[in-house]
Amino acid sequence: MSWLAVWVCAAGLFAQKAAGAFVPRAWVSGVRVRSVLALLPPAMLGALVLTQAAGSGGKLVLDLRLLGLAIAAVALALRAPFLLVLVLAVASTAGARLLL
Amino acid sequence: MRRVSTSPAPSIGAAVRAARRDGLGLGLLGVYGVSFGAVAVASGLSPLQAVVLSALGFTGGSQFAFAAVAAAGGSPATGIAAAWLLGLRNTLYAVRLTDVLPRRPLPRLLASSLVIDETTSMAVRHEERGLPAARAGFWATGVGLFVTWNLTTVLGAYGVAALGDPSVLGLDAAAPAAFLGLVWPYLRHRRTAVVAGLAAAVALVLSFVAPAGVPVLAGGAVALLGLGRRWRE
Repeated sequence: MSWLAVWVCAAGLFAQKAAGAFVPRAWVSGVRVRSVLALLPPAMLGALVLTQAAGSGGKLVLDLRLLGLAIAAVALALRAPFLLVLVLAVASTAGARLLL
Repeated sequence: MRRVSTSPAPSIGAAVRAARRDGLGLGLLGVYGVSFGAVAVASGLSPLQAVVLSALGFTGGSQFAFAAVAAAGGSPATGIAAAWLLGLRNTLYAVRLTDVLPRRPLPRLLASSLVIDETTSMAVRHEERGLPAARAGFWATGVGLFVTWNLTTVLGAYGVAALGDPSVLGLDAAAPAAFLGLVWPYLRHRRTAVVAGLAAAVALVLSFVAPAGVPVLAGGAVALLGLGRRWRE
């Protein structure tokens, strides 16, 4: 990854927060702007879950990452803390790879 | 007289202490920065690049998205776009916290870099017990998370760089699990759950045909449903 991309990405993320702290309120008070912004996180995260679990180099690949994702879903349903969810997903995928 | 003049102080103090305790507890959760460091390096970033993203970017979902697009072989511009789209909510959070953030420009700028999901929800949760409690919750959560997130990013990034092939360790399962954990609260409300499901379907279908990174951005476009009256809060 190029350093330029990393700096642009990180600086942009910093600026987004600062913008919210310094912009006039009126700019982001429109009901349409607010509702699109409110729906962005669930939309982006929903898209990322499946493409991350089943994607590889722009192709669809079904492998043991899906097992990790399923275990993570069970852990989340049981209200496990975030870090435990990640550990269980990683451990189940790694464990299955060792066994199979 | 004495009782009247002093009685508000203990309750404000108690509210501030409670908020600080809650915030530091939540701040410990930042230790999952270890998974970001690991995933970033497994995705082709250098350990130092992962550290820069955590320190200056400091917003987990966007950082994972940037690494995810890199891992999929997408262009840097696509990765940046995915990270920024996901980070736009922080702009709204900062607007929401306008009274909680310090007034003077420099402290306000520094504090704004701590405006993320966790600090916002903690500040909002304690706001009804007064602005001092909201501020205490914000700072305790923000500083706690910043320290743990960055320290553990260093551990994860340099740890994986030393260990070698991350897919053997199952680390490629960490990013999807992290995104599932982040989207989980949205699945409790019908409106946001439908949006998340639609976006997942759009991205999955497009991943057969579109170049890497594009399916995620197209899924994000499902948020434009918010323009319609039915999809407003």
